[in-house]
Formats: sequence, structure tokens, C-alpha cells
Amino acid sequence: MSFDVSAIKADFPIFDRTIDGKRIVYLDSANSTQKPRHVIDAMTRFMSEAYAPVNRSAYRLAAESNDAYEGARNAVAQFINAPRAHEVIFTKNATEALNMVAHSWGRANMQRGDAVVLTHMEHHANIVPWQMLRDERGIEIRWIPLTDDGQLDLTDLSAILDGAKALSFTAMSNVLGTITPVRRLTDAAHAAGAIAIVDGCQYVPHHATDVQALGADFLAFSSHKLCGPTGVGVLWGREDLLESMPPFLGGGNMISDVRLDGFTTAELPAKFEAGTPPIIEVVGLGAAIEYLSRIGMAAVRAHEMSLTTYALDTLHARFGDEIRIHGPSNVEVRGATLSFDFRGIHPHDVSQVLDQSNVCVRAGHHCAKPLMRLLGTAATTRASFYIYNDERDADALADALDSASDIFAF
Amino acid sequence: MPGLEDLYREIILDHYRSPRNRGTLDTPPAVMAQGHNPLCGDEIQVYLLVDGDTVADVKVSGQGCSISQSSASMMTQAIRGKSVADAHRILDAFRRMMGLEVADAPAGEEPAKLGDLEALQGVVKFPVRIKCATLAWSTLSQAMENAGA
Repeated sequence: MSFDVSAIKADFPIFDRTIDGKRIVYLDSANSTQKPRHVIDAMTRFMSEAYAPVNRSAYRLAAESNDAYEGARNAVAQFINAPRAHEVIFTKNATEALNMVAHSWGRANMQRGDAVVLTHMEHHANIVPWQMLRDERGIEIRWIPLTDDGQLDLTDLSAILDGAKALSFTAMSNVLGTITPVRRLTDAAHAAGAIAIVDGCQYVPHHATDVQALGADFLAFSSHKLCGPTGVGVLWGREDLLESMPPFLGGGNMISDVRLDGFTTAELPAKFEAGTPPIIEVVGLGAAIEYLSRIGMAAVRAHEMSLTTYALDTLHARFGDEIRIHGPSNVEVRGATLSFDFRGIHPHDVSQVLDQSNVCVRAGHHCAKPLMRLLGTAATTRASFYIYNDERDADALADALDSASDIFAF
Repeated sequence: MPGLEDLYREIILDHYRSPRNRGTLDTPPAVMAQGHNPLCGDEIQVYLLVDGDTVADVKVSGQGCSISQSSASMMTQAIRGKSVADAHRILDAFRRMMGLEVADAPAGEEPAKLGDLEALQGVVKFPVRIKCATLAWSTLSQAMENAGA
């Protein structure tokens, strides 16, 4: 089955747009992804024909709405091979999902001196909630360091995990593109008596995901990074862990009973879905998963490996030593996210020049300031590819970098 | 779309390539203020030495994009050796040029001459970069406050 990028690009209305007569070369999917007509139409149709509150009403419209909402939950559960659909919790985004684990599971299971193990390549969403817990109750944070080529240095893994309560790590770095050895890490965590929390924000949109095969205890990811709308994310958690941890937010829907003197919680998943959920967005997420499933995640991964190889080869051939691309050179262990330094030109200036050619990249610390410091820089330029990118887009990136050279030729 | 020649004027690139007044000053007697742009990681330290009512010396350290660095360089050149009152006038004039809210210059007063700084006028066509251009200046403002100037 060949991967037809032109057909896929045609599914995304935004690519019909030109700015200054030039097409949009969108290379910021690691940040957020564009939306296909399938998702846009599903949400519009839902709002036009079937919208009603979920869970609470007896009329038929509400039943339809509820079916759409729970249908999306089932679709997500299947997409990640979750054993049970009620283990899939809809959150606002992945950041909220990770906060839920840190504050709800964390508070119930970690006391002063208990340790969580993170890595030096983590996104702030998987660092700050743990630091908050450290400030609040004195938990210890340990770190898995990195190798020179941006992979995890697992030399002292057992020592670092010794006695820890949790290992929380990214399955794919949003800066380096590194794909971590997830199963090896979850096995090591379990061997040490720790649970394994996986940040799947970059991994799930780009790689077939099976929480059982990965050995994860929690998995967090967001809708807007896999062609779904903003406003909804997913926390998947093992049933027994979700059942034994206290609720995160309190309010309607997550209760079974409320009296003046107290409350009891609802069953999963409602226990962790307080208030009115992002119903329309969940429907959109369901449609996004349908769209990606039709393409097939193995095909997505294969396309990206091939495109990443092309991009790396092209950039190295054209710029040699003048471009320094962080992360592993082996595409078997990396995704299609390239952070780089180009001729010492500040990322802000690089992205400005690239914008003139409608090449959209991100400049900054990518919410990974500790990693930036380790790389010895305050910011990098980051180009990230997805299903709607092709070799022409990689060429456009290279051409646009040439113009940056022209302006900043010192 | 505004062209890059509006942004990357030659004089800006010159200040970026060869920034003036880079370094530090002993504190005290100088004061130091820090600023940073969280969006892109640009950071700056402004060292200010006020002697009586004169800006005796000013230096900048830190790192950042061509706009933030050249603006900082031009800033030091514009205020070094001037009276504190003139430095304030230049600061206000620059902020006005960047489209920031500033009280109008008092009636009858000659607008402060911005010199090389005029080259940064093009930045307003690129709103995302306004913060880059003003970073050194908001930091200077803080430094002046620290110096009681």
C-alpha cells in the first residue's frame, strides 16, 4: 500500500490556502496538527444534527449524543488497545492528564522521600507537576541522563530506579525526535516495584500504540497532535490504579451521591470527568482516530521514516557542518522531528526568514528548558513532519534555509 | 506581507555582528537588571552606572536573536553619557515607536532623537518581534528604577 501524500494533503482544507501566492509548508506538527475535512465535518454535523448534553437526559437526542461521545471513547480504547474502554479518561489536554497522575495518583501513593524517576528530555508537563509535588510534600525526583546522540543513557537504570515509586517518561521526544525503548523501561520500572507513566504526545500520533504491549500503567496524549481538535486529551490508566486513586477535580458527573456532609464518587470513567465534558471535541477526536486508522499507523510510521531519512540526507548534503541536527541519526529510533542549529543563526531569525517562504517551523525552547541547557543553547529551530508532508516540503525547508544564509552571512 | 528588508536593515545586522558596549560592570556601584523573553529564550542583563544625573556607563550581556541584540546595542549607544532625563525621553520615544502605550511627550518639548534606532521601525510590521526589540528597553527601565534614576 503506497502512501499517497497528495491525496492526504487534499483532505486538509487549510492546504488550499496560499499566502502571498505561495503554498503553506507546515512543519510544526510536533506542536499541533492540521485538521482533515473528516474531522471538521464530523464536528459540524454533530453540532448541526445531534448535539445534546451527555449522561443526564432521557430524551432521544441526548441518547444520540451520548452514543457519539461513548463511541469516541471506544474508538480511542481500540486505537491504543486498552483492555477496557472505561480506562480511557477524557481530559482537557495531555498536560492535564499528566497533572492528574501526579496529583491524584501521586498524592495517594507518594510521601516525603519517595522517588519518581524522570528523564532529561522531558517536556515541562512531565516535570513541573512532579516539582509541585516535591515542593508540597518533599518527594524526590531522580533523572535518567542522555547520551551524546540524544538517547537515554540506561547504564545506571537499575540504580536510578532502585526503590522508586514511579518512572515517568516520554515515548518520543518533542525536541530530539528520539523514540525511547518503552518496553525495556516499563519492564525495568516494574522490576523495581514502580509504576510506568508514559507521555505519548509525540508517539501516539506517529506510531501504532498498544498500551498492553508497551507495559504502560498510564498513558497521556492529546487530540490536537493527531489531527483532532484542541480542548481534549486522553489519560489511559490501568483499571486498578484508577479505581484506587482519589478523584482529581470535583463537581458534577464524577459523583454518585452528594449530601451536606460529603460525597461518594462515580464509577470509571465518570469519576475522573468532572463537569460538562468537551463533547463536540471528543466527537472530533473520534473522527480523527477513524481518519488515522484508515491510513494505518504502520503506514504513517513508514512514511515518516522514509521522509525523515530524505530530510536528514538532504540537509546534510546541502549544508554539511553548517547544520547541526540534534538527536539520533538512526531513523529506527527517531521520529520526524528535527531540532537544529543552522550556522549559529538565532532560531527566531531562522523562523522569520523561513516564514517569508511560508515554511512554518517553531523557534524556542519547546517547553523543554532543562534539555535546552544540556544541549548548551537557549533555543533551537524545530521542523517536524507529519502525514501531509512530503519530500517537496523537505526541499522547501532546505531552500528557505539558504535564504537565511544569504541575510545572515557573517 | 512586509518584506524582510523592512526588518533586517543593514544597520541592524551591523549592530548584531558587532554589538557595542557588551560586558558587565561591577555592582555596586552599578546596578544590574535582568530580562528575558519566555517565548524564545532570549535573555539580557543590563548594567547601569548612574553618576549624579548622568548615565555614566551602560553595558549589556546575554544572548538572543538579531533584533533583541541589535536593539540592546543601539540602546547603549543612545543613552551612554546622556543625562538621566534624556535617557528617559529616549526610552519613551522608543516605546512610542514600537507602538507601546506611553504618555505623550509634554507639549512644546522636542521629541528625542532616536538616531540609529529609527532602523527598528520596521519591527512593528512583525508584531511577534516587538517583544524582541523592547526586551533591552524594559530591562533598562528596571535598571533605572533600581538605580533610583
